[in-house]
Amino acid sequence: MKRRTLLKGAAASVSLLAAAVAGLLAPVRLLAADWPQTAFDSENVAAAIKDYFGDAPISDSDQVSIKAPLQAENGAVVPIKVTTSLANVESVAILVEKNPRPFVASLDVMPGASGALFSTRVKMGQTSQVFGLVKAGGKVHRVSQVVKVTVGGCGG
Amino acid sequence: MATKMKIKKSKGGGYQALVLAKHPMETGLRKDKKTGEKIPRHFIKTMQFLLNGKVVAQANISQAVSKNPLIGVSLGDARPGDKVSVSWVDNKGGTGSAEKTIK
Repeated sequence: MKRRTLLKGAAASVSLLAAAVAGLLAPVRLLAADWPQTAFDSENVAAAIKDYFGDAPISDSDQVSIKAPLQAENGAVVPIKVTTSLANVESVAILVEKNPRPFVASLDVMPGASGALFSTRVKMGQTSQVFGLVKAGGKVHRVSQVVKVTVGGCGG
Repeated sequence: MATKMKIKKSKGGGYQALVLAKHPMETGLRKDKKTGEKIPRHFIKTMQFLLNGKVVAQANISQAVSKNPLIGVSLGDARPGDKVSVSWVDNKGGTGSAEKTIK
C-alpha cells in the first residue's frame, strides 16, 4: 500500500515537471511561428509580398522612402533604410529582387512603436532592384531603388 | 554573444533604437575553404523590441542580413526615463539581449 502511494506521488511529480517544461518551451515556439517562413522561403518577389502582406492593395507611394547606396562596393554589407511619414504603420518589409530568396527582413509594428524607420544591412549577390514596403491603414505602399553591386556577398 | 544598443533621437522627433548584435549570419551557401563542406545556415530569426517591458516591435530577419546585424527601429511613444530592451533568437536557439534607459 505504501509503495503504491509512493509510485503515485512520483508519477504526479513527473507529469508536473513535463508541464513546467512545456510551459517554458511554449513562448519559443510561439516566436518561431511568428517568423514568416513561407515569405522568407519564396524565390519570387510578388509571391513573397503576397504571402507577408496578404491581399492588401499595393501602390507606389511618395510617403515611403528608401535610403540605399546607388553603388555598393561590397555586396556583403549594403545599408538599407526605409522611412515613412505614414501613421498607423502595421508592418515594413525589405526585399532584394535578384537574391536567391528576395524576402530579406520585415518588421511587425505593435502599439507603442511608430514603424517610421526600419534599417538594416543586407547581403546582395548582384545588381538588383531593392524594394521597401510599408503597410499602413490596410494598404501597402511601395518604393524601390536599384543598387549596383560590384562584388557579390552571397558566398560561394 | 555580445549585443549592443544605442538610443538615438530621431530627426522627426521621438527616439530610435540601433542594435548591433555579434553573429556570423551564415547563409548556408558558403563553403569551408579547408574541407570544402557547406557551412550550415546560422542566422538570427527574430529580434523583439520592448518598451518598459512591453513588446512594441518585432524584426523578422533572415540569412540575407549581413554578418553582425545592425538593426534600427523607431520607438514611437518613448520618453526620457523609459526602459528599452531588445532580445533576439537565432535558428539554433541561441539568444542575446541588451537593455538601456533613455536619458
